[in-house]
Amino acid sequence: MALIEVKDLNFSYDENTHAVKDVTFSIEKGLYCTIVGHNGSGKSTVAKLLAGLLEKKSGSILIDGYELNEENLKVIRNKIGIVFQNPDNQFIGSTVRDDIAFGLENHCVKQEDMDELIETFAARVNMTKFLDAEPLKLSGGQKQRVAIAGVLAMHPEILIFDEATSMLDPQGKDEIKRVIRDLHKEKDLTILSITHDIEEVAKSDYVLVLDEGKLIMEGTPASIFKNEQKLTDTNLDIPYAMKLKKALEEKGVLVNPHITMEGLVKELCQLRLKK
Amino acid sequence: MSITFEKVSHIYSEGTPYEHLALNEVDLEIQEGKMSAIIGETGSGKSTLVQHLNALLLPSKGKLHILERTIEAGTQPKGLKSLRGDVGLVFQFPEYQLFEETVLKDVAFGPKNFGVSEQDAIEKARKAIHMVGLDSSFEEKSPLELSGGQKRRVAIAGILAMDPKVLVLDEPTAGLDPLGTIQMMELFKELNTKYGKTVLIVTHDMEQVYRYCDRVIVMKEGKVHIHTTVEDFFHDSKACKEMKILPPSMIQMCDLLRENGFAIPEGIHHTSELAEVIASQVVKHG
Repeated sequence: MALIEVKDLNFSYDENTHAVKDVTFSIEKGLYCTIVGHNGSGKSTVAKLLAGLLEKKSGSILIDGYELNEENLKVIRNKIGIVFQNPDNQFIGSTVRDDIAFGLENHCVKQEDMDELIETFAARVNMTKFLDAEPLKLSGGQKQRVAIAGVLAMHPEILIFDEATSMLDPQGKDEIKRVIRDLHKEKDLTILSITHDIEEVAKSDYVLVLDEGKLIMEGTPASIFKNEQKLTDTNLDIPYAMKLKKALEEKGVLVNPHITMEGLVKELCQLRLKK
Repeated sequence: MSITFEKVSHIYSEGTPYEHLALNEVDLEIQEGKMSAIIGETGSGKSTLVQHLNALLLPSKGKLHILERTIEAGTQPKGLKSLRGDVGLVFQFPEYQLFEETVLKDVAFGPKNFGVSEQDAIEKARKAIHMVGLDSSFEEKSPLELSGGQKRRVAIAGILAMDPKVLVLDEPTAGLDPLGTIQMMELFKELNTKYGKTVLIVTHDMEQVYRYCDRVIVMKEGKVHIHTTVEDFFHDSKACKEMKILPPSMIQMCDLLRENGFAIPEGIHHTSELAEVIASQVVKHG
């Protein structure tokens, strides 16, 4: 059984519109999964439903074999951590140390173990130097790293990032993407990242594409980007290598679909040698 | 008429332990009628620079000429109200600042505050709402009912209703999805070309700079590091790499092709042109 099993999931914020409509998917343990779709497509709603922050209208959600219901809510919340978009809305402590401690206290960690654990989690996101810094003194990227440390302190199996980099500057974006990638590699975590960053999507293991509350495509990035017409129809971006492939076709050059520029250039080099 | 900075310095909290030199003797001439991008790392002075344009911040040293007005360090600036009508500044996430009960009232607030009669303010607001691409059905809606992108348009309309000659936007596409970003940039381009506004955009998104802007101003450590045309700036990826920012995809691709022995001429601006150049150097299948 997959770590996340979602079946016929439905949700609406009001009676007239379906925010999530008959969504079914499953995610295997350890995958780096990205969720794409334009604003209002239901991505964040799905994430909140998974974490039990919203209550589904119908359908079922199984996390690690546990059905998401009132009885299991606590068990499941302990398995899932979410990092949201706005770095300023997630900082609760008056210093980085306090902020990470908040999660640990909620986990009933003993006072004597606290310091060591705080150091461990701060180190995991490269924030050891800033343990006594106030939030005011931190950049957006640093605040997001603290948010990640706070979530990690809860020992989740699944980490959900809800556009966690979209409000950051390029440097902050890179920092966070690197931290996420490292965590995924080292800690056997399952990652669900809601993103508009097409390069992040290209590097993920599995992609879910949502449009108007429905799951319209799922699969590996390569299989998703093959169907570029459908992506452009739903106003989603495609990697530059795919755009160039299309332009090359119009000039009579036929190449295989590539997600990365490197892959495309490699094939073009072979085609040049044949000339 | 233009906008020039002459040796403008700005020092925050001067004379305190928190003293910080945010602008360091900046000389800059901003061309009217163009669409310019202001880029640079966080803390490089971008926001401090643009806040001088409508005298929200005053220079600690040096002077500025903005549309026939002079603002000089140490002197009491005059005509600030008319300056703030001429230079509209849109902050980051401006939609957080909507407060009226209807879109029309919110947009009309600015001109009314500037002493325009109720009727004229409504007229200007209607025009501005139209300019940002929203139809009249939005006028009586509550800003709360709108999507993020629509709210941002309303906030920009609020500035446009004052009929500024210069529009300054601080990261106007942050947090928008790809489609929302393109629509927003198309809007600014239209305000620039169709309505003749001088547009200045503070941004981190090189893809948008490359596609929509005419000129690039790079801020670094409180100084103007580079000021040039978009063509010259993205000539190759050198300037971007130096600033540790990702160049536009097409420029990356051109570089990668050159590294792999393709002859890619300079000045390619469209993917179709690039495809044509490649096509002439490879064997065509079929």
